[in-house]
Amino acid sequence: MWGEKDKLARFEQIILPHKDAAYNLARWLTHNDHDAEDMVQEAYLRAYKFFDAFRGVDGRAWLLTIVRNTCYTWLQQNRGHEATTLFDEEIHAADSENSNPAVLALQSADRQLLRHALEELPVEFREVVVLRDLEGFSYKEISDIASIPTGTVMSRLSRARERLKQFLGDRMKEKA
Amino acid sequence: MDCENTRTLIDGYLDGELDLVRALEIEDHLHGCALCSERYNDRQVIRNGFKTESVYFKAPAHLEKRIQRSLRQAAKVESSPRRLPWSWVKFAAPLAAAVIVVLALVPFLRGPSPEEVLTQEVVSSHIRSLMANHLADVPSSNEHTVKPWFNGKLDFSPPVADLANQGFPLVGGRLDYLNSRPVAALVYQRDKHLINVFIWPVSGRKTGDIASASRQGYNVFHWTQSGMNFWVVSDLERGQLEKFVEMQKGQPPATS
Repeated sequence: MWGEKDKLARFEQIILPHKDAAYNLARWLTHNDHDAEDMVQEAYLRAYKFFDAFRGVDGRAWLLTIVRNTCYTWLQQNRGHEATTLFDEEIHAADSENSNPAVLALQSADRQLLRHALEELPVEFREVVVLRDLEGFSYKEISDIASIPTGTVMSRLSRARERLKQFLGDRMKEKA
Repeated sequence: MDCENTRTLIDGYLDGELDLVRALEIEDHLHGCALCSERYNDRQVIRNGFKTESVYFKAPAHLEKRIQRSLRQAAKVESSPRRLPWSWVKFAAPLAAAVIVVLALVPFLRGPSPEEVLTQEVVSSHIRSLMANHLADVPSSNEHTVKPWFNGKLDFSPPVADLANQGFPLVGGRLDYLNSRPVAALVYQRDKHLINVFIWPVSGRKTGDIASASRQGYNVFHWTQSGMNFWVVSDLERGQLEKFVEMQKGQPPATS
């Protein structure tokens, strides 16, 4: 039997170091600092409660699964329109073909623009980009965290990147 | 690989998630297709943009303290129902651990128990009786022949049961030596299996429940009844031997 003190010490050693990843995901899902902090704190409390069930080797993936669930619950309660409307991939798929901007223009795309582009993505697309490109998780890991098949991970990433490209291209055109 | 398939798989290629064969096919296609190649370059640019820190939100400095505070509170709530003062546990835990270690070592330190030694002795004696052609000093299936035979050879008179009607005919009796004393050995038979019953008196009129063991393929039962130790050993199948034991126990105590 682990004493409560040991449990806390182990938890702080294994899970606490992933606070940046937790905050980054929460921040991208909630869009603002204040809510992101609340989400992270709540997720950590939940994680601590279920820490006895943690068997995996990757504390970061495990924690982010909980952060994601916490954020989604919150999104459903606070921004029903964002998370509860089922995302229709067919409708969103149709928009980006053949409207490609000049590629090289993207090279100079400033970071603010990229950040803005990501913020504009629907939450299901935003999260796979954050998990893949910002956190570097594999498709398999993302499929575990977000509870979706790996094929869906790839197709969502594909759609997400098309949209990002289109967004950036449109802004380039406006500037030019 | 055509453009359609390449478009579907290009993100998997970019992320290094494709198997080698498909990755090579995509690579091949990209070399020859300007449109797909452009698409691929766009994705690289976007991905590289994300690699910079300015897109990554790092946790503010105060957040860690805030998490730790709330964790400590939660830990307190979770542990409070048990109410174990830590100072007490600090002493008790090593003590308990030491006790467990010592207890675990006791069987090794003490060597085999007396019962264990006796069980082994009984089995050895049984095997010897079969090997040395010394099964019975008095070969007889008649209890009234076997029982008197022990007179003058032992300082007690063992009960000799006649179980022929139940399928366990008496083969004979002999003197044996067990537990540092002479004992009576009765031999019974069940089909081709031989059963040795060792009997000797105990001090006091104790009664003990049946205990059993198994050594080297032999089944051993023993109990105490009417001031006598009974040890039964045979290669007979356990269930049948148990029946035999029940019959032995059911016999009225010897009077002589």
